[in-house]
Amino acid sequence: MKDRSYRAVMARRNEIMKASVGIDYDRYRITDIAFDYERMMEEIGYTLEEVEKIQRETGVGNTPLIELKNITKLIRHISAPGKGARVFLKDEAANPSGSFKDRRASISVHKAKELGYKGVIAATSGNYGAAVASQASKRGLKCIVVQETFDSRGIGQPEILEKGRACEAYGAEVVQLSVGPELFYYFLLLLEETGFFNASLYTPYGIAGVETLGYELSKQCRSITGKDPDYVVVTHAGGGNLTGTARGLRKAGAHDTKVVGASVNLSGLHMASDKDFNRKSFTTGHTGFGIPFAVYPDRSDVPRNAARALRYMDKYLLVSQGEVFYVTEMLARLEGMQRGPAGNTSLTAAISLARELPEDAIVVVQETEYTGAGKLPSAQLSFAIENGVEVLRGDPLALDKPGKRIVIPEKPEQIRARELPLDKLRKSYLKELAKRGHRELTAEDLEFISADLRLREDKIMEMFKEVLKNG
Amino acid sequence: MIALKAKKGQWVQIHKVVLNPEERAPQVPEDTKLVPLVMRVKGYLIDEEASVGDLVSIETVAGRKVVGRLIAIEPTYTHNFGKHVPVLAEIDREFSQLADSLNEGEEK
Repeated sequence: MKDRSYRAVMARRNEIMKASVGIDYDRYRITDIAFDYERMMEEIGYTLEEVEKIQRETGVGNTPLIELKNITKLIRHISAPGKGARVFLKDEAANPSGSFKDRRASISVHKAKELGYKGVIAATSGNYGAAVASQASKRGLKCIVVQETFDSRGIGQPEILEKGRACEAYGAEVVQLSVGPELFYYFLLLLEETGFFNASLYTPYGIAGVETLGYELSKQCRSITGKDPDYVVVTHAGGGNLTGTARGLRKAGAHDTKVVGASVNLSGLHMASDKDFNRKSFTTGHTGFGIPFAVYPDRSDVPRNAARALRYMDKYLLVSQGEVFYVTEMLARLEGMQRGPAGNTSLTAAISLARELPEDAIVVVQETEYTGAGKLPSAQLSFAIENGVEVLRGDPLALDKPGKRIVIPEKPEQIRARELPLDKLRKSYLKELAKRGHRELTAEDLEFISADLRLREDKIMEMFKEVLKNG
Repeated sequence: MIALKAKKGQWVQIHKVVLNPEERAPQVPEDTKLVPLVMRVKGYLIDEEASVGDLVSIETVAGRKVVGRLIAIEPTYTHNFGKHVPVLAEIDREFSQLADSLNEGEEK
């Protein structure tokens, strides 16, 4: 019997992961830091046509792009004359399990079946679990979803409980864990025990699956408006949604479209803290994932992460929990669409952005998700109040305090996203390298980092020296 | 009536300590380090009969055999739509009024 202690299992991580994703990451390694990203995406991923074909087999994709005419009207009503872009929404809730995550799951599960695995495992507390479970059931594979669900009192976050219910509805075994980063340890143990496929969110398969989203929305936007979107706003957490969408836009030839990341600001809350766990109303699409994954993508459950947000992000906007709840109700009341939290994060940022743009500009919000028990603002706000969080009306910009206070805007003018400068994230990326003991960068490292950060090599050297000097 | 005993084949939920506080990962924050890492999973009871609190074996839907402490017999989902939240009622009303005024603006 193998040693099941935390230390022993973590020491076996590379061996376990290699057996469970069918990818030899060493083939793409250049240095400790650098690897051949594009070659990995080309060799392991699928072409856009192949991805489309696989997704058609299980009813994934081809979701409608809907113009939010009333919200656009409202934006123009509160903006300076001549300002107020047209806002469109890609209704990804129309996918089989109710979110864009079906696109990612479809390719991983197809691959697992092709390679002869009997089942798939995913470590996720999000919609991805339901997506993997749904795709696995369509392809006749077993499925296990490992979720971080409850705190030490045994109390579960309602949104995660709902996502767990959905997984079970599609026939998955749901392993629920209490708070802590050792979820990854338990995930490795399960991979070892079952020999199932690791349906990681961060393999080239998962990212290739999202490329069709960007590709479709560009085609749809051209057919409705005669041009590509000026901005596509993406809710950003692990980086896969943004990376895949941006790559799909490029494949469609939409080279001038700017890609904007949007996250809910949860600064001050510790993601691995038992006490903080149930003091947040958003379980994904927030800065607790968005920032760490942007500045150190390879922290994921595979050795080299295919989701690399800073390669593709043109702007990063933060919104507050209260603003997203406000916009969720707005979408229901003004547009007749009740949708789940994730897409409404990017919609909130899009409303703020559209106010600054001319009327002929086009902003696309690229996802929605299904909603219901646990996910609705009423469920989340009730839960927040029970956990001692104050809920009030006011100006979120002045009063928002994650974990302590949720501030719902008093008027639409108070929807104002805050920009987090990309240079700040780039600097944190270099700090992460220094933290892992890197003191010198080779020519290969510089070339790789330059592509990863979209920054000139001399600027990187300058920034890195500063990081080493000042920490 | 809540059944006091679970029978073989019944849908149940078990609980198990995965890591004791002293076995937890070094990077875990202080408050989390004070408590164990706990796991819950559901499946079909393998034992002939068991009561809540007993150590039992189950078979999960993925076909795994797992041993743990029985915590629920025929567990139900307890998450819901939440309570009435006055702030939401207030903003919903504002949006309905706003929709009316935006439409009026258009008609003029």
